[in-house]
Amino acid sequence: MSDSFDNFNGEQLTPAQAIENLRSLDLGLRVYAAWWLGKFRVNQPGVVERLIEALEDEADRTEAGGYPLRRNAARALGKLGDRRAVPALITSLSCADFYVREAAAQSLEMLDDRTCVPVLIQLLRNEIAGTEPSPVKLDLPQPYEAILEALGTLGAIEAIPDAKSFLDHPVNRVQYSAARALYQLTDDRQYGDRLIQALKGADLQLRRSALADLGAIGYLPAADAIAETLAENSLKLIALKGLLERQVGETNLPDLSDGAIKVMTLMDSLL
Amino acid sequence: EAVQALAIAQTKAAIPALIAALGYNNPGAAVAAVDGLIGLGEASVLPLLEQLDSYNYGARAWAVRALAGIGDPRGLDILLSAAQNDFAMSVRRAATKGLGSIHWQQLEPNRLQFAQSQVLKALLNVSQDHEWIVRYAAVLSLQSLAISVSKIQPDWLAQIQTKLDSLAETDESLTIRARVRFAQQQIKLALTASHQ
Repeated sequence: MSDSFDNFNGEQLTPAQAIENLRSLDLGLRVYAAWWLGKFRVNQPGVVERLIEALEDEADRTEAGGYPLRRNAARALGKLGDRRAVPALITSLSCADFYVREAAAQSLEMLDDRTCVPVLIQLLRNEIAGTEPSPVKLDLPQPYEAILEALGTLGAIEAIPDAKSFLDHPVNRVQYSAARALYQLTDDRQYGDRLIQALKGADLQLRRSALADLGAIGYLPAADAIAETLAENSLKLIALKGLLERQVGETNLPDLSDGAIKVMTLMDSLL
Repeated sequence: EAVQALAIAQTKAAIPALIAALGYNNPGAAVAAVDGLIGLGEASVLPLLEQLDSYNYGARAWAVRALAGIGDPRGLDILLSAAQNDFAMSVRRAATKGLGSIHWQQLEPNRLQFAQSQVLKALLNVSQDHEWIVRYAAVLSLQSLAISVSKIQPDWLAQIQTKLDSLAETDESLTIRARVRFAQQQIKLALTASHQ
């Protein structure tokens, strides 16, 4: 990687400058630097420490009380892959700002560290005081999609009973996240098949969402249904890529399973 | 819906209307029109090429998809350029796939070698695209080109095999490395079959 990268305006920001900007008096520069350091995965000494510091920032507040710098810092910490961020991200799961909690759950999923599981379950039960609901959906108290997906990826089998209670949540995408997590936790096909059913739904956004979930769990029986879904080929191809990589990961190249060949043949037809 | 009806009708009289639909800025209509034009095949090629310069970017991208799906050699220059230079990855992807499904038997023999050499050069280039899906299409098209030229241009076949060997080791995407292995198997299978 080179030492500098173009930003939006064609100006150059260097890692050193971005790290410096995290403590700038200009709040806009701070928020941008936190995003930028994650985007370009700048993992130099000092970056993680300063981003962790930014998770406790009190200076940058929206009118509604949100914490933009904390949100970007939490997102960046997941991308940097340094597990020293885990305790601070677990603390962020109790932040009043819905989006900070969402970003923290997603980053803890990426860091693949199971120590956050008990707090994720508490959050799933909506048992953490002082956490505000989504500012755009006031009846959504917690970022359930992110929490369920993290629990699934982290292999938190202790969350199975709680996750089941979300299978009939009023928000469809939350249902899908529950099915996705339950498939990962149980290998039970009924959960994968539920997502296949969702590919036939009337709403394009929901079909797209189910495509992404099936790709994430690499559910091979969905291959044909994915190829036939009424959605953009580019999204179907990404979902099939998830199936293929799951298949290839279970054998070893250059050997290809029948499933892998089937998925590639479908992908060829969608290009 | 009207576009879909025209596309299904599969009559040459529908071509101007289908081409016009590429410019509606309506993805649903454009997809139906592209399918209709591909279904009509060769008859669509000249009308598409004649109007290409008057298209805006969006309509041009759909026209490239139609030409890629038809596989008529008259669309080759457009596909060569779109595969390597278009800024939208979905257009590079479609054009790259089109380069692998040109109906070579429609080309006069004296022009065949030059055209195929251009396609080879473009595909080797596109196999380094920064988007995985474009590289995926390049691998598929290299596979079909390798099989087409295996008897007449053994040195090109060797060039393609060297490129695939290198992608199998170095491409960062597991999907691409898997597709390369599949391509290698398919080429080997075709070569064995043609030796029997």
